[in-house]
Amino acid sequence: MISHETIEKNIGLLIVLTILVVSIGGLVQIVPLFFQTSTTKPVADLKPYTALQLSGRDIYIREGCVGCHSQMVRPFRAETERYGHYSVAGEYVYDRPFLWGSKRTGPDLQRVGGRYSDAWHRAHLLNPRDVVPESNMPAYPWLDRPLKDADIQQKMRTLNWVGTGYSDKEIADAPAELEGKTELDALIAYLQVLGTHAPKN
Amino acid sequence: MSDFTSGFWPIYISVITLVSIIGTWVFVKSHTTRKLAPGEKAELMEHTWDGDLQDLNNPLPRWWLGLFYGTLAFALIYLVLWPGLGTFKGVLGWTSLGEYEAEVKAAEAKFQPVYAGFMKQDIASVAANPEARAIGKNLFLTYCSQCHGSDAAGATGFPNLTDHDWLYGGDPDTIKASITDGRAGVMPALGEALGPQGTKEVANYVLSLSGRKHDAALAAAGRQKFADNCAACHGADGTGMAAMGAPNLTDKVWLYGGSEAAIIETIAKGRNGVMPGAAQTLGTTSNKDAKLHLLAAYVYGLSQKK
Repeated sequence: MISHETIEKNIGLLIVLTILVVSIGGLVQIVPLFFQTSTTKPVADLKPYTALQLSGRDIYIREGCVGCHSQMVRPFRAETERYGHYSVAGEYVYDRPFLWGSKRTGPDLQRVGGRYSDAWHRAHLLNPRDVVPESNMPAYPWLDRPLKDADIQQKMRTLNWVGTGYSDKEIADAPAELEGKTELDALIAYLQVLGTHAPKN
Repeated sequence: MSDFTSGFWPIYISVITLVSIIGTWVFVKSHTTRKLAPGEKAELMEHTWDGDLQDLNNPLPRWWLGLFYGTLAFALIYLVLWPGLGTFKGVLGWTSLGEYEAEVKAAEAKFQPVYAGFMKQDIASVAANPEARAIGKNLFLTYCSQCHGSDAAGATGFPNLTDHDWLYGGDPDTIKASITDGRAGVMPALGEALGPQGTKEVANYVLSLSGRKHDAALAAAGRQKFADNCAACHGADGTGMAAMGAPNLTDKVWLYGGSEAAIIETIAKGRNGVMPGAAQTLGTTSNKDAKLHLLAAYVYGLSQKK
């Protein structure tokens, strides 16, 4: 057995042994997830975000929506009654980074797609009090400005590195898809697709 | 059924987990020195640091050791009772899905009889039942209040449900149909067809229909344009058409605002009054039909005499 003194006096050995001990939790809990079909295979009908939705997702991140809205319906009746089917891992395959959130000052948004009309989202984002007088959500009036996302093609190519699988045509058409849209349009396009692939039973 | 891509992973997980737990146990055991007798001095470690620094090899405190072995024992018991070791399901057979389904089942057993009772009655009688109204209100606040307001009085672009004015009709069955399948009202943009002047004229004619303040000359000029462009949906007399959700323009209810400016905007840009269907929102919840029934009754009751 290696003596206490040997380890303490060989800094390299100490580092190796420390890394070994610290990594055990990750080796057991994280590594196998990459080899589990329920976490790596998309649920039926799940498609990568379109260029507009992807842009909207970045606005969602930029505005810090994740700070108050989770995207994770837990398997409790109180949540499934309110939001819809509980979330499953395969729904997040194209979410990089994931936006599960950890705090709900506002409601969960994982199932918000299709739940309200585009007009509602527009009114609500510009001033939530116009449609929900009790709301304490901040207004985002500046979103009604032209969408400028010059990096959209690079973003899609970067996502392809990790296997999102955009076709060359989708990448080529991306700037045209964003043409003439506002940031509101993009954010609403993203919100309206959330949860539309939820399990149907 | 294993969710893993290969049978290696469950074994990998189990082996590392068990080796860590047992290995830690053996390691701590092998490094535990015996308890000192009263008055006995701990032995000195052999090395000397910085010339005169020395360590005493004190035994580990017993309370600490006890806690440590306690956590190891807890881990082993946990792994026997609950899932954790690869594909081993644990002797309790617990799953989060199973717990969820049991919760839903218990709730169904409780609520099913209540719902079934209301399902036997027609919407008008359910609407008169205070218990049903209390349930309906909760459902309304959960699924409908975001657009129609918690007092059901609506907002600009989202109809007031308490004012006896209905776009698609206020009888129980129509209300239920609206809730279940949603509505998609489309008013095309006429700004280009009418031109700015024409839009203003039609707007003034629309204002005249409900007796609001308007410019008589403009309204007169807008009359024919209304007949040509608007009457197909709103009717020759402007009283609307419930089948299309085209609003009555002769009353005092203005979904998107009744000022000249608001009416001009509506005519010029058109409107899309989209209401998503609750059948989809309620998609996977239990007792969906009964919820739609109770919601319809609640909304119907809102507009009945106070």
